[in-house]
Order: sequence, then structure tokens, then C-alpha cells
Amino acid sequence: MKKFKIIVLAKQVPDTRNVGKDAMKEDGTVNRAALPAIFNPEDLNALELALRLKDRYPGSTVSLLTMGPPRAAEIIREGLYRGADTGYLLTDRAFAGSDTLATSYALSRAILKMGDFDFILAGRQAIDGDTAQVGPQVAEKLGIPQVTYAEEILEIKKNTVTVKRRLEKGVEVVESVFPVLITVTGTAPACRPRNAKLIMKYKRSTTISERQNISEDYISIYDDRPFLNIPEWNVGDIDAEPERLGLSGSPTKVKKIENVVFQAKEAKVLQDDDKSIDWLMKELIRNHTLG
Amino acid sequence: MKTSKSEKVNNLFVICELENGKVAEISQELLTKGRKLADQLGCSMEALIIGHDLQEPEKEAFEYGADVVWLADDPRLEHYTTLPYTRIAVELFKQEKPQVALLGATSFGRDLGPRVSSALGSGLTADCTALEIGEHTDKKAGKTYKNLLLQIRPAFGGNIIATIINPGHKPQMATVREGVMKKEKIRKPKDGEVKFIDVERFVRAEDFVVHIIERHMEESGVNLKGAPVIVSGGYGVGSKENFEILFRLAGLIGAEVGASRAAVDAGFADHDRQIGQTGVTVRPKLYIACGISGQVQHIAGMQESAMVISINNDPEAPINKIADYAIVGNLEDVIPKMIKYYKQNSK
Ligand SMILES: Cc1cc2nc3c(=O)[nH]c(=O)nc-3n(C[C@H](O)[C@H](O)[C@H](O)COP(=O)(O)OP(=O)(O)OC[C@H]3O[C@@H](n4cnc5c(N)ncnc54)[C@H](O)[C@@H]3O)c2cc1C
Repeated sequence: MKKFKIIVLAKQVPDTRNVGKDAMKEDGTVNRAALPAIFNPEDLNALELALRLKDRYPGSTVSLLTMGPPRAAEIIREGLYRGADTGYLLTDRAFAGSDTLATSYALSRAILKMGDFDFILAGRQAIDGDTAQVGPQVAEKLGIPQVTYAEEILEIKKNTVTVKRRLEKGVEVVESVFPVLITVTGTAPACRPRNAKLIMKYKRSTTISERQNISEDYISIYDDRPFLNIPEWNVGDIDAEPERLGLSGSPTKVKKIENVVFQAKEAKVLQDDDKSIDWLMKELIRNHTLG
Repeated sequence: MKTSKSEKVNNLFVICELENGKVAEISQELLTKGRKLADQLGCSMEALIIGHDLQEPEKEAFEYGADVVWLADDPRLEHYTTLPYTRIAVELFKQEKPQVALLGATSFGRDLGPRVSSALGSGLTADCTALEIGEHTDKKAGKTYKNLLLQIRPAFGGNIIATIINPGHKPQMATVREGVMKKEKIRKPKDGEVKFIDVERFVRAEDFVVHIIERHMEESGVNLKGAPVIVSGGYGVGSKENFEILFRLAGLIGAEVGASRAAVDAGFADHDRQIGQTGVTVRPKLYIACGISGQVQHIAGMQESAMVISINNDPEAPINKIADYAIVGNLEDVIPKMIKYYKQNSK
């Protein structure tokens, strides 16, 4: 039976449902620390497709890769609890302010460092920017094909994979050689829940930075159980050129941020009583807004 | 020593999308906008059209203002696949060095755009709601950039609009959602020049490693863009079942049903009903917003409605600022009353 090496790109995102006014910084970037952070929803769909491949082809491995602040290690643990084998955290101040191009450069460097792979799975897009750009930009940097908007992996043959894509106006089934990068839509199956045994196994998994503050007594467990270490990489670890990262590596710049002042229309306020609604419907019919 | 005489004015490109061999509506919208930007920049607008079994799409491109149409016609290019289309765009852009390149924020543009930008190392801004030409002074470097593409989009969180620029990189690339720009034919179909791309020169055999095995495309039954009246539901609707009363009202008054992203994300409504920055942009004569708070990304897609009625139990909801009528109350009470009194009064 074949065994595959699968990489899942995942991002910790601020929950866009809970954005307060003070969540923006002066330079136009988001103050993520001020928001609840979650596993980007479509990245969870990607993880599920990866885990299904692993179920079908036992012995396959699923490795998460995420770039973000130190606390993004949280989503690696989330992935481990659901069945991923390892997870890598790319974190460095030099990554701060990266646009999608600089991000894809950093991710592609890290992927090369991770070694051989057969499939890279990623969410179609992250809910904080909705750009859907990072997946294809990584694929281009690695010089591999891409299949975006994937909903299901149908079949794997000797060196091809068949994927069902969900587009605006229908579905498309494509066959691609691999290695290939596949981005997954929210219409793909939801991710399986955390597994109680895996929570037990991985609850002490940490990055080296997270271990700075824990008590001496625990440190030795990381020597005995190396799988509890979440590898943490910085710019030097991935041999990246610093000028291609962060603000300097980002061709897009925020020129200005404006508060929107809607031309306030002086709304006519109505209550929900019968008389008001009756009046409104009459008005709409009278002025031919409704036929 | 620098001479300026050999420096040609770089052009603006629109990468067109085809539908049945003709220029798709989203591309017609982009060409219309591109024409205005090109006039401001004093450059020509060129359309890149890739495909097969073409139904004279160049004529339409000219009608919408293209000066030049680059055609890549090859049986292997009949349907979009990433690699060969990327290669053609990248090689053509290396040759022509456009200053601006626009694409639709469709599954086509969102697959192709980032690939091209990654190959060229250029900036790409997704889902712009406005595009303008302007200048920018980098105070630190003491440098002023003229004739930049200002890529304007609502930004994450709060009521904020960001202007994005790519001062140091060309082409400046942007995607725009369908319906955001208005289309307008401005010329006769024959006013332009066709340049044929030698496909063999640009693509390699190894670009054809992804094959389409099956395609089922259908026109979505939802036509938000053409609807004169839209009844739109937000997270406040509460459930998929509750959306039924919106459909009842819409059926009665001849409206289409739209939704906010929060309602789509929660599974209350289908994705093709989403209105806003990352959905459809609409301009109906009446927009009824039910249980929608009115965040900037939503407003971006409906602010040009001729009349807005909001139904919200929060009198302070931001949507009320742009509403003509703000009904303060629970939508599950208000909508049945609207149905009742419409029936009574329309007879
Ligand atoms: C990159 C990006 C792109 C986005 N693109 C879009 C987009 O294209 N379209 C879009 O819509 N959003 C978009 N958003 C999301 C947007 O920021 C908001 O989160 C979203 O519009 C909120 O939807 P809502 O108004 O339905 O929900 P909420 O903000 O939760 O508002 C619900 C409203 O319902 C009211 N309500 C509750 N119960 C009732 C009741 N019983 N009766 C009456 N009123 C009630 C509440 O008072 C509240 O005002 C985007 C966000 C990001 C970050």
C-alpha cells in the first residue's frame, strides 16, 4: 500500500464575528492580539481531507505548517488532537506585516525544509482577508500544479490524483499529477472532532518558547517524549532572504485607512405596530416601489 | 546615463474570462473600468483572451474599450487550467511590461491571479470595491510615485476602507467582484487591433499535467444582480427555517432573496445569495435588510440601492444610518405584518 506525505497549511485567524473598533493598528494591519483566535475554518476542511487520505492509506503522515505569532501553536495542538502527526510553527518578528506574496515565500521555504511531500492541502482562503491567494502563490513558488476549490479527493492512481472542484456555477472533476497543492472549500466535509486519546497524548505538546515559563519538573518529559515538541522555526531555520519577508518583502502597501462616513440619510424610524407597517406598505405601493 | 526617449508608456491589461466563447460579463465590467483608468494614465488598454472555439470575443472587447486584443487560441486551452494560462500571462507580461493588470474575483481570476503575481513578484489586491489613479509620497525615502493604481477595499474590522498601493512593483494587480463596476459599450466592434499569441512559444508540454475529466456547469437560479427588489437576511434571522418568511415576502412582492455573509456562514442561506464585498454587488430599487447589522463589507455591496428598509431590533444598528426607513422590531413580527398589509393594500 502506498504511503503519502501530506502537508496541511493552516492559519490561526481572528474570529471575524467578533471584531471590535479598537482591533486595528495605525498602519492598517490588524491587532490580532485583541481578538479571539480560531483555526481558520476552511483549513479545518483541508485537515479533514488530509486525515481521510491517511485513513485510506495507513502509514501516511500529516504534518501541519503554520506561520504566525507564538500563540499560533494552539492550532497545531488542535490539529494533533484530531489526528495530525506533527506540526511546525514558523514564527519570527521578521514575518510581521507580510502580505500574501511574502507569506507564500516564507511558507514555500519552510516546505522545502520539511522535505519530500506528495500533497499540500490548504483552506481555500482565510476569513480575515478572504484573498484565496496564498495557496496558489505557494504552488507557483514550488513549481507544482494546483487544484483550487476542492471538495473531495476521489481517487489516487500511480502518479495522479482525481479531485472534485466546487465552482460558482457547478462542479468540475480534474486529474492532476502529484506533488500538487490543493485548496479546499468549506463545502468539503467538516473536520472530525478532537479525539480523547489524542488529547491525552498531546496535551503537553509545546514549542520551545512556550516551555520557557514552565516548571523544571516537566522539562524532562520532552526528552523522553520528543513527539511533544512542536518544532519552531525562524527566518534562519528556513534559509529565507530577510528582504523578501515582512513589510520589505510585500509589494502591497497600505497607503491609508479611512473611517467610512456613510452619507447619513436621516432614516425615518418606524415601530413594529400594525399601523406603521400598514402605512409603509401603502407608501411603497403608492410610489410604485412595489408593483 | 539614462535616456527617457526609449521608455515606452506601459499599458493596462485586463485578463478576460470567456463564457461560451464570448467575453464574460465580469470582464466587460473590468474593460469598462479599465478604459477609464487607461485614459487617465494616458496609456492603451489591452485585453488578454485565452481559449478555443472563440466566438469573436475581440469584437466585444473592442466595444468595451480595448485598443488591442491579444488572442491565444489553441484546442488545449478550451477550458481554463492553471498552468498553461499562467505561462501565457506571465510570458506576455514579461514581454509587454504592463503597469496595471485587472482580473475578476471569480474562481478563474482567483486561481490565475495569485499564480501570475507570485511568478512576477508583483502585488495583488483582492476584492477591490473601487480603483483610482493617484500619487503617493514615501516620506521616509523622500520619493513621490505618480500615476499609481489606488486599490480600494473595505478592510478587516470596523467601518474602515483601506487604500492599497504597489509603489515598487509592476504590474499592479487587482481583482474585482462581479457587479462592482458598471459595464458600458463605448465603441464600434471593429475599432481595435488583434495580436495573435504564438502559444507554442509560451507553453511547454509539462504545463498540461492537469486534465479536466468532467464539467457540470449550470446557471444559478439566483439572479440578484437583475432583481428590482431584494429581501436580504442576516445573522439575526436565526435559522434556515426562519429564512422561509423572507422567501414568502419575496415571492409575494416579486423580489429575490439575498443574505449577509454571517447568514451564509451559519448555513441559513446558500453562498450564491451573499451580498457584499466578497459576494455580489447589487443596485435594486428597494433593499429590505432583515436582521443585518450593516458592517462595511456588507454595505459595500448594497449602498447604491435606491431605497433601503432595515428591520432590526437594535435601534443603533449601523444599517440604520444608510436606511430610508428603519423599522425597530423583531423580524419575525414585522415580516408577517408586511405580508399581511401588502396583500391588503395591493388589491
Ligand atoms: C474579508 C472580509 C470580507 C467580508 N465580506 C462580506 C460580504 O461580502 N458580505 C457580508 O455581508 N459580510 C462580509 N463580511 C462580514 C462582515 O464583516 C460582517 O461580519 C457581516 O456582514 C455581519 O452579518 P450580519 O449583519 O448578518 O450579522 P451580525 O453583525 O451578527 O448582525 C445581526 C443583526 O441582527 C439583528 N437582530 C438579531 N435578532 C434579530 C431579530 N429577531 N429581529 C431583527 N433583528 C435582529 C442584530 O441587532 C444585529 O444588528 C466580510 C468580512 C471580512 C473580514
